[in-house]
Amino acid sequence: MNPLETKQTYQEYVDKKSPNSPILKNCFNAFWVGGLICSIGQIILNICKERGFDTQTSGTIVSILLIGISAFLTGLNLFNKIGKFAGAGSLIPITGFANSIVSPAMEYKSEGYVMGVGGKMFTVAGPVLVFGISASILVGIIYLIFNTQSITLV
Amino acid sequence: MNINWANVFDWMMLLRCFVTGGIICIIGQILIDKTKLTPARILVIFVTTGAVLGGLGIYQYLVDFAGAGATVPLTGFGYNLAKGAIESVQQSGLVGAFTGGVKASAGGIAAAVFFRIFSITYFKTKNEKTINI
Repeated sequence: MNPLETKQTYQEYVDKKSPNSPILKNCFNAFWVGGLICSIGQIILNICKERGFDTQTSGTIVSILLIGISAFLTGLNLFNKIGKFAGAGSLIPITGFANSIVSPAMEYKSEGYVMGVGGKMFTVAGPVLVFGISASILVGIIYLIFNTQSITLV
Repeated sequence: MNINWANVFDWMMLLRCFVTGGIICIIGQILIDKTKLTPARILVIFVTTGAVLGGLGIYQYLVDFAGAGATVPLTGFGYNLAKGAIESVQQSGLVGAFTGGVKASAGGIAAAVFFRIFSITYFKTKNEKTINI
C-alpha cells in the first residue's frame, strides 16, 4: 500500500477518487427550477398589483406565499426531492430559506419543543438573518453619514 | 374583482424574470459545485451581496428589469433589508437604520417561523438527512 504522506498527495488522491459532479446538468436543472420559482413569484406579484396592492405589500405577499408553499412541501417531504434534483435552483430562492428553517426544526423535533424546535430552527437560517440584518444596519448608517445613494457604477 | 389576465401573464416580463432568476441560481450552483463553501455560507454570501448592491443602488436596476426574478432569490432578501433601512433612515434618522431592514422583511421572517410551527404540528418527523445543509 502506498502511504499518502503529504497533504498534497492526499488531496490529489481524493480528487481522483471522488466522482465528478455533472456541473452542466446541475446548472441546467438549477436554471429552470429557479427560473420557474421566480416566475411563480412574478405571477403572484402581478395578481397582487392587479388587485391594487402597492409594490412593497405585493412583495411581502409573494414572500409569505412562497415560504408557505415550500414549508408545506417540506412537511410532505417533497421539497427534499426537489432540492436533490435542482440543487441551488431551490436553495437560492426564498423557498430554500424557508426550507432551511422548517427542515432542521423537523429533524430536531425529538429533542423537545423548546430547545429542539425553537432553538434548532435557526441553525441554518440564523446566519442568514444575522449577516443580512447586520449588513442592512451598516448600509443604513453609511447612508446616514454620506446621505447619498449615488455611488452607482452604471 | 376584475383582474386583467393579460397584465398578469405579461410574457415578456415573465421571460426576463425566468432568465434572471435562473442565472442567479446558476451562480449559486457553480459556487456549490466548484468551491468547498457550505450551502449556509453561500446563502450568507448571497444575502450580504444583495444588501451591499441594494445599498449602492445597483440592485434596483435589476429589480426594475426582472421584477420577481431579482426579488425572490436571497439577494433580493438582502436588497429588501437594505432598501428598508435606507427608507427609514430618510424618515427617522439613526433609529431607522436599526428598525427599517427588519421592518421591511418582517413578513417573510414571521411567515417562515409561523409555517414552521404549522409544519411541525401537522407532519410527522422524518429523520432523513436533509439536502443542502
